[in-house]
Amino acid sequence: MSDGERAVTPAPAPADDGRAQSGPPVVEATGIVKRFGQTVALNGARITIRPGETHALVGRNGAGKSTLVSVLTGLQAPDEGTVTFGGAAAPRLADRDAWRSQVACVYQKSTIIPTLTVAENLFLNRHQHGRGRLITWQGMRRRAQELLTTWSVDVDPQTMAGELDVEQRQFVEIARALSFGARFIILDEPTAQLDAAAISRLFDRIRDLQQQGVTFLFISHHLQEIYEICDMVTVFRDARHILTAPVAELPHVDLVSAMTGEAAADSTEVRASSLDSAATAALDISGLHGETYQDVSFKVGAGEIVGLAGAASSGRTEVAETVVGLRAATAGQVRIAGTLPRSGSVPAALKAGAGFVPQDRHHQGYVPDMSIADNATLSVPHRLGSNGFLSNRTRDRLAEGMIENLAIKTPGPELPVSALSGGNQQKVVMARALADDPKLLVLINPTAGVDVRSKEFLLGKVEETADTGTGVLIASDELDDLRMCDRILVMFQGRVTSEINRGWHDHDLVAAMEGVDLDA
Amino acid sequence: MPETVVAETPVPKAAEAGAKRTALFGGKVPLAKLRDLALVPAIVVIAIIGQIVSPIFLQPDNLINVLQQMAEIAVLVLAQTMILIVKKMDLSLESTMGLAPGVAAWLVVPTGATHGLGLLPGAWAVPITLVVGALIGVINSLLIIRFGLNGFIVTLGMLIVVRGVLTGISGGQTFFQLPESMLYLGTAEWFGMPASIWLTLVLFAVAIVVLGWTSFGRSLYAIGGNVDAAKAAGIRTDRVLWIVLVTGSVLAALAGLMLSGRLASVASAQGNGYIFTVFAAAVIGGISLNGGKGTMFGAFCGILLLFMIQNVLTLGGVPAQWIGALNGLIILVALMISRITGGKVQE
Repeated sequence: MSDGERAVTPAPAPADDGRAQSGPPVVEATGIVKRFGQTVALNGARITIRPGETHALVGRNGAGKSTLVSVLTGLQAPDEGTVTFGGAAAPRLADRDAWRSQVACVYQKSTIIPTLTVAENLFLNRHQHGRGRLITWQGMRRRAQELLTTWSVDVDPQTMAGELDVEQRQFVEIARALSFGARFIILDEPTAQLDAAAISRLFDRIRDLQQQGVTFLFISHHLQEIYEICDMVTVFRDARHILTAPVAELPHVDLVSAMTGEAAADSTEVRASSLDSAATAALDISGLHGETYQDVSFKVGAGEIVGLAGAASSGRTEVAETVVGLRAATAGQVRIAGTLPRSGSVPAALKAGAGFVPQDRHHQGYVPDMSIADNATLSVPHRLGSNGFLSNRTRDRLAEGMIENLAIKTPGPELPVSALSGGNQQKVVMARALADDPKLLVLINPTAGVDVRSKEFLLGKVEETADTGTGVLIASDELDDLRMCDRILVMFQGRVTSEINRGWHDHDLVAAMEGVDLDA
Repeated sequence: MPETVVAETPVPKAAEAGAKRTALFGGKVPLAKLRDLALVPAIVVIAIIGQIVSPIFLQPDNLINVLQQMAEIAVLVLAQTMILIVKKMDLSLESTMGLAPGVAAWLVVPTGATHGLGLLPGAWAVPITLVVGALIGVINSLLIIRFGLNGFIVTLGMLIVVRGVLTGISGGQTFFQLPESMLYLGTAEWFGMPASIWLTLVLFAVAIVVLGWTSFGRSLYAIGGNVDAAKAAGIRTDRVLWIVLVTGSVLAALAGLMLSGRLASVASAQGNGYIFTVFAAAVIGGISLNGGKGTMFGAFCGILLLFMIQNVLTLGGVPAQWIGALNGLIILVALMISRITGGKVQE
């Protein structure tokens, strides 16, 4: 920033509460196009952020928010379009220092080095040198202390960064960003891992800094936070810019419909319920407590499909993982088809009659270099032979049945799973979940990263399975996964907050997941 | 070192008193710094035991003997410590220690008695040794950093190749009649102490300063702790890794030079099996195999402790055949102790 510019925009001069000042925008991106192979992550997207405002960027998963952040922070060059800071063109991509003096981002993933002290993290690669070009630790500690005091961050600079909690770490990262001279800070879902008290402290800090002339771009899945802290909001959907408006003038309903792209359309055709209320409930959870959720109780009847919806940090995934034994509950009971498997044991849950599709297939779903046959039968060795010896013939016959049943596109059962497309890989994972004719089927984000046709097929298979009397629990935030559910339980910040019966509108469900009351 | 020992003797008591706090002495000494001194009490205890076992133990001659025996391997520990801090490992150091002086001897030693070629005058021996070390480091770095191969397997392969090359050029025999320049570091005395001890102490002193008080040194910790964050902070991570790996190999060559000077020969098995002791010393000294943790001073204490224990066992009349087994046991016990005191699962 040149001296001339500094004179034109006198630093924090909080006219009208320090918000929405005039002058050139802090950052302006126009016509941004970014492609990754076939996927278009941003398609002519734009955003303009004025000095001193707190600007929200919202959109559902895959709307292009993260890509925009990496373009705005200079981690990736856009294929088309321009980015300007305070009216001047963005620095070259290689000039990290120039970028850092313009913009800083506090990511969800930590950019702190856990094995070093807070002081050293603050001045990494720009240590203070004294005599003989050696680092003067005392001077550095003092400067770190000054910096932390200036921005009122209550952390001892001598602490190991790895010992900080999420909240302190964020404050330290914000202080570090400010020390580079950046007065525009991107917060990427800063509240995702914070509890309510920490969130309100974070908001106080944001308001303080705003008074001191710092501009924020705030990314969050929680719409009520946006109404609480932000001045302007920009909505992205399907890689495009949808709208930018002052938060105060945008009712909740309009914001949600801008995100979902659906005014108030009807939901899909109604599936005849296959609930068999006479049979034993497939799943019966009572008073379940865990690290990220509290007091969860619900039932899934035989043949019933129940959705467990909620934002990424709502605890839905953790509840589903507890059901299948990937996590242990701290209190409460999980009863699968009438039996009570040992908490935190996957084999016990499988034995009780559960089958499941884990959250991340690459991570927990399959062994990439093993064949389809091996992967699909991994959880049912007892069906492949006796006395611990496996029969390859039985295995291949079983696998061929699965390949046919799930229409997996492959020349044969011996192909390694890594050679399949995403959709077919997910079918293998699904095949394994169904391998032992489960009484309870638990699906976590079952259609993530799957093409449209495989998605329809997989969901159709789920309905088919439910028709045979299997209870199904789908933990997802993907609306398409949840359409066929007989009812949906919505989780918010670790609790089941509402239950929605079939015949819902998209915006009802999204609003419930974001924790907003549409009637407010 | 003695000054440090005296100054820090109140450490164990203080550590007990403030076990829960993160900083002691009014916040001036962070707990992390105390961890680096964790081995100092152990060294004192071993010294006392040694003195009880045999009054010779604390005699200057015996101490110099211990230091001289560990000098070469200590230089390897220094090299490996740098490499471990950046979250890499180099198994080939022990073979480099043999091949580098081996090639020099091969080119310099006159034909006749051994496999020497006698192509170059004796003055070339030292530069050749160091260049061979650097070359091995460059090949390792090329494969690991440039081509992204797995460092463990690359250096394991290199360990075997380099050892094999030495066996090849020497015909499996030992080079004798080394030139004066190669003998110097292993035989000279400076101020009444062998030059190799001085050299090792100076190298450690320099390494302690570089790792603790320069931006370059701190970047090693940053890279080992979180390489993405280091990149984001503007550190040229690949360049730092290159420097570390090549320097490590050059140091191994230097250690080889010291050893062949002391033994006045280069055996085809020179350095064979050293790497296990090197890793043990580093880990006992508090260097994390996961990178980003530990100090040079800790690593020095680790190797010193191992060699003092070995010396005490020898003085105590433990049969030489049993020392190997006891060495392994000491390493295991030391690891268990550091697991208990560190409180964290070691990966």
